[in-house]
Amino acid sequence: MFVEFVRGLATTFKQIFEEPVTAPYPEVKRPVAARFKGRHELKRYDNGLEKCIGCALCAAACPADAIFVEAAENTDAVRFSPGERYASTYEINMLRCIFCGYCADACPTEAIVLESNYELSFTNRDSSIYTKDMLIVPVLPGGEPTPQKAPPGKFGRAIPDMKDPE
Amino acid sequence: MADNVTLTIDGARVTVPKGTLIVDAAKRLGNDIPVFCYHPKLQPVGMCRMCLVEVGRVQRDRASGQVIVDENGQPRVVMAPKLETACTTPVEEGMVVIGASGRVKEARDDILEFLLTSHPLDCPVCDKGGECPLQNLTIAHGPGQSRFIFEEKFRLAKQLPLGELIYLDRERCIQCARCIRFQNDIVDDRVLSFYERGRHLEIITCSEPGFDSKFSGNTTDICPVGALTTTDFRFEARPWEMNMAASICPHCPVGCNLTLNTRREARSGGQMVIKRVMPRQNEQVNEIWVCDKGRFGHHYASSSDRLTRPLVRRDGKLLEAAWEEALELAAGQLKAAGAGLAGLAGGRLSNEDLYNFRQVVTGLGGSAALNTRMGGAEQTQQVGVGLGTNFAEMGPGTAILVVASDLEEEAPIWWLRVKQAAERGATLIVANGRPTKTDRAARYVIRYAYGQEVATVLGMLVTGSSEAAEALARAENSVILFGREGLDFAGSTALAQACANLLIATNHYGRPNNGLVGVWPDANTQGAWDMGLPARGQAVLPVGATASWIVAADPVGDGEISAEALRAAGFVVVQELFLTPTAQAADVVLPAASWVEREGTFTNGERRVQRFYPAITMKGRPDFQIAAEIGARAGLSVSSHAAQIMLAIAENVPAYAGLTYQKLTEVVKQWPEVGGRDLYYGGASYTNRQGLGVQVPSAAERGADITAGKLAAPPPPARNGLTLVPVTVLYDRSTTFVRSQVMHPYVPRPYVELNTADAARLDIQDGDTVTVEAAGVRVTLTARVDGRAPEGVALMPADLGPAVPAVAGPATIQKG
Ligand code: SF4
Ligand code: SF4
Ligand code: FES
Repeated sequence: MFVEFVRGLATTFKQIFEEPVTAPYPEVKRPVAARFKGRHELKRYDNGLEKCIGCALCAAACPADAIFVEAAENTDAVRFSPGERYASTYEINMLRCIFCGYCADACPTEAIVLESNYELSFTNRDSSIYTKDMLIVPVLPGGEPTPQKAPPGKFGRAIPDMKDPE
Repeated sequence: MADNVTLTIDGARVTVPKGTLIVDAAKRLGNDIPVFCYHPKLQPVGMCRMCLVEVGRVQRDRASGQVIVDENGQPRVVMAPKLETACTTPVEEGMVVIGASGRVKEARDDILEFLLTSHPLDCPVCDKGGECPLQNLTIAHGPGQSRFIFEEKFRLAKQLPLGELIYLDRERCIQCARCIRFQNDIVDDRVLSFYERGRHLEIITCSEPGFDSKFSGNTTDICPVGALTTTDFRFEARPWEMNMAASICPHCPVGCNLTLNTRREARSGGQMVIKRVMPRQNEQVNEIWVCDKGRFGHHYASSSDRLTRPLVRRDGKLLEAAWEEALELAAGQLKAAGAGLAGLAGGRLSNEDLYNFRQVVTGLGGSAALNTRMGGAEQTQQVGVGLGTNFAEMGPGTAILVVASDLEEEAPIWWLRVKQAAERGATLIVANGRPTKTDRAARYVIRYAYGQEVATVLGMLVTGSSEAAEALARAENSVILFGREGLDFAGSTALAQACANLLIATNHYGRPNNGLVGVWPDANTQGAWDMGLPARGQAVLPVGATASWIVAADPVGDGEISAEALRAAGFVVVQELFLTPTAQAADVVLPAASWVEREGTFTNGERRVQRFYPAITMKGRPDFQIAAEIGARAGLSVSSHAAQIMLAIAENVPAYAGLTYQKLTEVVKQWPEVGGRDLYYGGASYTNRQGLGVQVPSAAERGADITAGKLAAPPPPARNGLTLVPVTVLYDRSTTFVRSQVMHPYVPRPYVELNTADAARLDIQDGDTVTVEAAGVRVTLTARVDGRAPEGVALMPADLGPAVPAVAGPATIQKG
């Protein structure tokens, strides 16, 4: 009986010298899995135009009704995205979102992507609503912020010409 | 049964009237043959070939014409070697139609593949996405994979405004010509056409200004793709995101059935707003159409200048106050006035509002009246069109007389329906002092001098006086639509009486498709009379008034009374949506709810009571409730629940006996079937599930003794110089309609229309500034010289800003 007791404690004490598996979050953040589904981001093309065309298919696909999209019309003089339509309002209620990723599957332009950020905590319900400004990624170097003044007719179509517009 | 034909479609037998097309026969069986160009309201053209089916016909012996029978004694059916279009092929006895075969499927797949070769496939950004026939049929029939080389797709104009209201996307058009055929055949506005041929076919507008039609919105409903979209709804919402509420159009006496699509809007601070107005099928009222005023004229409900808090005058200024305080004050003052209380209500209120209003005003000892310039409702109550009247059933044997009305401007959908009745063979007689669009469909046009309306109709009483009079008298069924053009209250009342006398003399009343119809200025003028609100004629307030209570009327803004005169007649309570000039003169202003925020019923010109429902969040309070609350504070007890008020109406208004809200919601199956899954068949208008309304009987049908009224033709007016005639235009600046920004390009600046000869004599050119002086009115406006006014007549539209004289009369017009 004594032998068993010592063997058990040995197992316990052995752990003291092992490297700990816990990380001192938030000083240290562990990398997430490749297919991790965290907070959404709205993507841009290289030239800065928004990929989102305001079609609201993400909202239609969302089983939790977490997404609200309102669209408006693009013109060459005031252009947010390729094509005629862009999202003038885009909101995701993170308290409702169940991170299923259906929105990303539904998106015809790969505009909405669930990325690796999981740091979502709120002290009130209002702040759980992420607006377009909070979701959209910054413009890459070389790109221009939206709205842009586009050359006439150049970005007149979004779907199905979805390649990165030059 | 000689006129019926029995055939077999995909194994199911169906009996339909002779002449029915295969596609319609199949529809009656619930078998949806896919179509693009066919529409049940339009003539078939067989342009898209989507409806191909296999057709077998009974074989007959060439010599004897006898049906050949096979060994089993059954008629021998031979299948045609090629597929045929179900939309152009009429049924035949013993026909066998096969739509569910491999050959048919292959053909449809091919047609779809061809259609998609030049379709942009931008469904995610297309407004039609979600209710698109092409989308649905592609999923049902498409080959799934195209063999087409993508680079050869056509690139055409995508954001092309056809007019101010309709956008065209040329890439999306599948060349079905539904839009062109609607414009040509249904409304007779030939403003769209095809340009070029073959794959290069394009839709163009051939009018100036572009797409100049009062019915343009309907083309967006029947376009089977997203090629035609409205400026108003472009990118506003996806179809599946919106809620719907049934409603009735508040703009004219036709009473089109509507579906309001609503959604919360971030731009409006998260409020529920109306995103679009769609027609709701009622084959007896508007079929599946609405005019552009009904479709785009709803914005007043969400206008930012709506009144939301009661206002009370303190130290000469109108200041916001609590409801309780404002109601107490109003009730106290109105009660104190007693017999001096003058109530005045507008014809855009619902029956419930008007009934409660009258109950409270008369309960307090005052007198309640309707604010209208048109009389004649007593006559329509007597000999109005009979129960079951339907313009769609009128054809050979029916005579329709339209007098003193420009139907397209005053009741647009009636123009469509009257025109189609005339095309089916009804005798249309149009009597007016000037040419109107209705003339185009007329068999007889009677032109009178303004002032001779009554004399003209009385003249038709004399047997053999004219061919038109003969036709009307001899017709099996006769309907008279009377308006008020150039007439004041007394004049239109006399005209109504003359028309009633004519119907009585020729025994055309008290039966379906016979009787009188008023082309009223408001949606519920008929209902207001039925609720017991008479008109005061020209006077706004009776003599001796010591307090007034004005609801949904703007006599100050309309120039019928001055603000000083109104205020001089004691305490003024105004119930309104907006701070109108009348409201500005009030002591208490109570904010009312608009028609889309509450329940109620309207009675249309054919005396059909129809129910509307709340669609968006309420601002203010319903008029019937305000009346009840004032009543309660003055010691009267009237109901403040719409359904209960309807029960009280049913009890107290004989014609409305037995009406309940439940009855008004009853529906029967209508033909053609629209809405639902078969979007490609009927278009995007909504199925009616919320009620077809109930027509109320005329006094004649309730067994009253009907006698012609005494009437003398007025002497012909002395004519020297110009006669100024006030006319109605559809797109005006009335309190409600003017708040629809999207319609502003179509609302004309105030103008007066002159004949070329008159203009030459006065040295006035088209576009000149002129001063018009008539009957105490002196205004400066623009002259139009375009040949629409007859010689000696100047036409001046009402409700465009400047006040117009109440009645046609002499005028002087000067340049400058
Ligand atoms: S994120 Fe994608 S699916 Fe959602 S509205 Fe934008 S384009 Fe459409
Ligand atoms: S615009 Fe629409 S309705 Fe007109 S032809 Fe093209 S597809 Fe048909
Ligand atoms: S050819 Fe029959 S529907 Fe077009």
